[in-house]
Amino acid sequence: MKLNSNVPKGKLKDKWTQYKFDMKLVNPANKRKFNIIVVGTGLAGASAAASYSELGYNVKVFCIQDSPRRAHSIAAQGGINAAKNYPNDGDSIYRLFYDTIKGGDYRSREANVYRLAEVSNNIVDQCVAQGVPFARDYGGSLSTRSFGGALVSRTFYARGQTGQQLLLGAYGALMKEASGPNLQIFPRREMMELVVHEGKARGIVVRNLINGELESYAADMVVLATGGYGNVYFLSTNAMSSNTSAVWSAHKKGAFFANPCFVQIHPTCMPVHGDYQSKLTLMSESLRNDGRVWVPKKKGDKRHPNDIPENERDYYLENKYPTFGNLVPRDVASRNANEQCELGKGVGNTGLAVYLDFKEATKRIGLEAIKAKYGNLFDMYKQITGKDPYTEPMMIFPAIHYTMGGLWVDYNLMSNLPGLFVLGEANFSDHGANRLGASALMQGLADGYFVAPYTAGNYLAQADNNELTTDHEVFQKAEKAAKEKIEKLLSIKGKRTVDDFHKELGKLLWDNCGIVRKDEDLKKALKEIPKIREEFWKNVIIPGTADSFNQTLERAIRVADFLEMAELMIHDAADRRESCGCHLREESQTNEGEALRKDKKYSYVSAWEFKGVGKEPKLHKEELTFEDVELTQRSYK
Amino acid sequence: MKTINITVKVWRQENAVALGHFEDYKLTEIDTDMSFLEMLDVMNEGLTLSGEEPLAFDSDCREGICGMCGAVVNGEPHGPVQAVTICQLHMRSFTNDQTLIIEPWRSKAFPVIKDIVVDRSAFDRIISAGGYISVRTGATTDANANLITNNTAEEAMDAAQCIGCGACVAACPNASAMLFVGAKISHLSLLPQGKMECVQRVRKMVTQMDKEGFGSCSNEYECSVSCPKEINISHIARMNRKMIKATLKSVVG
Repeated sequence: MKLNSNVPKGKLKDKWTQYKFDMKLVNPANKRKFNIIVVGTGLAGASAAASYSELGYNVKVFCIQDSPRRAHSIAAQGGINAAKNYPNDGDSIYRLFYDTIKGGDYRSREANVYRLAEVSNNIVDQCVAQGVPFARDYGGSLSTRSFGGALVSRTFYARGQTGQQLLLGAYGALMKEASGPNLQIFPRREMMELVVHEGKARGIVVRNLINGELESYAADMVVLATGGYGNVYFLSTNAMSSNTSAVWSAHKKGAFFANPCFVQIHPTCMPVHGDYQSKLTLMSESLRNDGRVWVPKKKGDKRHPNDIPENERDYYLENKYPTFGNLVPRDVASRNANEQCELGKGVGNTGLAVYLDFKEATKRIGLEAIKAKYGNLFDMYKQITGKDPYTEPMMIFPAIHYTMGGLWVDYNLMSNLPGLFVLGEANFSDHGANRLGASALMQGLADGYFVAPYTAGNYLAQADNNELTTDHEVFQKAEKAAKEKIEKLLSIKGKRTVDDFHKELGKLLWDNCGIVRKDEDLKKALKEIPKIREEFWKNVIIPGTADSFNQTLERAIRVADFLEMAELMIHDAADRRESCGCHLREESQTNEGEALRKDKKYSYVSAWEFKGVGKEPKLHKEELTFEDVELTQRSYK
Repeated sequence: MKTINITVKVWRQENAVALGHFEDYKLTEIDTDMSFLEMLDVMNEGLTLSGEEPLAFDSDCREGICGMCGAVVNGEPHGPVQAVTICQLHMRSFTNDQTLIIEPWRSKAFPVIKDIVVDRSAFDRIISAGGYISVRTGATTDANANLITNNTAEEAMDAAQCIGCGACVAACPNASAMLFVGAKISHLSLLPQGKMECVQRVRKMVTQMDKEGFGSCSNEYECSVSCPKEINISHIARMNRKMIKATLKSVVG
């Protein structure tokens, strides 16, 4: 099967405009005859669902949490990019496009990224109209700040809670529609199965998390906006319930999974403090504007950081990258912190942390200025660690943060399975091998407000679907599969907890497919994962029943899917024998030890086809061609 | 590493209709760097291995922003530390040999689902009644077309920070939701784009709030003290003023 990205012809800047004109439209009076299922209520899901409902479609929306407002988009801190050029500093749609494609290390599709930049301005307009209280200048106009990977100030923000405010805006739009006739919300539901009929996505089976009942819903198309799979590593900055199950069930039904090994590791997170740790907390990377990263020169130096004199400290980023210093991109900062810890120079109880020091900055700009800039982050750090960053250096360590990989989609954001649309972090679409700060919120809302509403109409106008109701045998089969999986899990009654398995898997992945990847580690992981999976299915213990509120069972179902998808990540990492963005292959480095991209051989999107659990997946390649940008090797020396 | 031994006295309730009761669990060597919810995780791992059903509790982001977690700890919603949710509360806030009494939010409008998990869908219905600005996707002007003073934006943001956790209701002796509703009304009515439908919004949201069975405000101020985002009580006063206006409008026309 040849993958068709369906990118329209024409000049880059005209593609979307022309394509919108060429699309088939659904007669307004006919829209109510079409049913759309949206799974997930983060920025992408909530904005898409609200927009579909406004257009007149019948929409059913599902989320795991007790309310759509709790999706993990809510935790995004920094901001949202848009090419408004309000500061008059030379920004443009083309520049935002260029920065994003370069930041992604040239592993994303030009046309998609250009469209993202193009609609970015509409997003900010939309959010302001919804009442998002963005930060403002004293003159009353919108304020912006700068972020990593860009030389212009294009990031709009609402204190350190931009994700929260944008999500509440989209949630408001969703709730507005829920009060009308077109849209229904189903909270505390987890998607178990995608239902495919006559080759098209036509419905889902969900588990009602309150009473355990399996429920079927039929539709003319299904939208997955279920976020990323970072929790496969157990420890990440994702929310506790973030998982891969919805996406994985679609993959098992034929949807290709693209670039699963592209996982962003964020350099400024709070270090792990114990084996009971349930998640990692990120601190905005803006801290690196003033903080200096260092480790003791001597291995295993256990002195208090304030007792280590200047000449015994190694400011390794400043020494190694004199031009960019502490402001190197996320992947470079993460990799170097890890390297120092592997050399035995890591600090703290675990030896898995480096210092981020504000002493010099405090001297330079004063305590008050530091407080004004970073007060809330310092407070958060103190709240969690019990240590005061005003008087001693912070400790930081990289953590899994965002997954650029996801289900493969074409220009319409539709998977290779017709009728299955995938939005936001759940697709692979726009960030290539590395995502720039403040671009995740932009993509989620671009997909939901301004792309998917158009492309869905174009699909439905031509879909010519047969009538399908939930009493059809495809639904009964899907329900039966879900039921058997649950019953099997509950019948094991073993001796190890779900979290215990999840932690084992997470550690294996972190050690062998984390910051640095190499052949022998990947081979090892490929041997170990099936063993963990096998033991899981023999020895996991899940108290409680299938027909009740059972959080252990919920987690077990998610971990069962993680145990399958982890293997795919390893296959993908093993196939890509080049370093690009987040993906550093030890075998592919320059003489100076920097990442070496191999454009001739690896300038493609890896789209994997499922061939059975434990079986080798089949690789399909979507070649990437660049007409408007010139490929360059990154250097931060 | 400092550790403490504690007794957890926690509300166990099989489902919405079953009778509940308190159960005691002794936990030893709890690292004081643990978060409160990690302590519950550790307790649950132990319960699971001994074949008992673990405690059901809601949590998601564990960064204090999603509003999913919440419990009354020793009589205080979200526990003894101000301005944090229980996911950001740490065991260093407790002492050795202390007993922690953990209860769900108690309010007629928040029925228990299981143990300390409650149903807060009443909040969603109140928002759905009118807690938004009625703008369609795409029906906008340029973001800078309407200037909003820095002060106004900041004040709106103070109110918009509400995470919808329900601690205000749990703290109130009348189980009133007025801080939650007031915060949303303030957020939207302070901004020029939200002023247009202010009257209908207040009327619809307050009507729904009453329908859900929340009590009324008797100026106890407990809501604001318990609020993890320190939302100010003045939003209730603003809501009441707007409500009087809305009522007068409907009477006088």
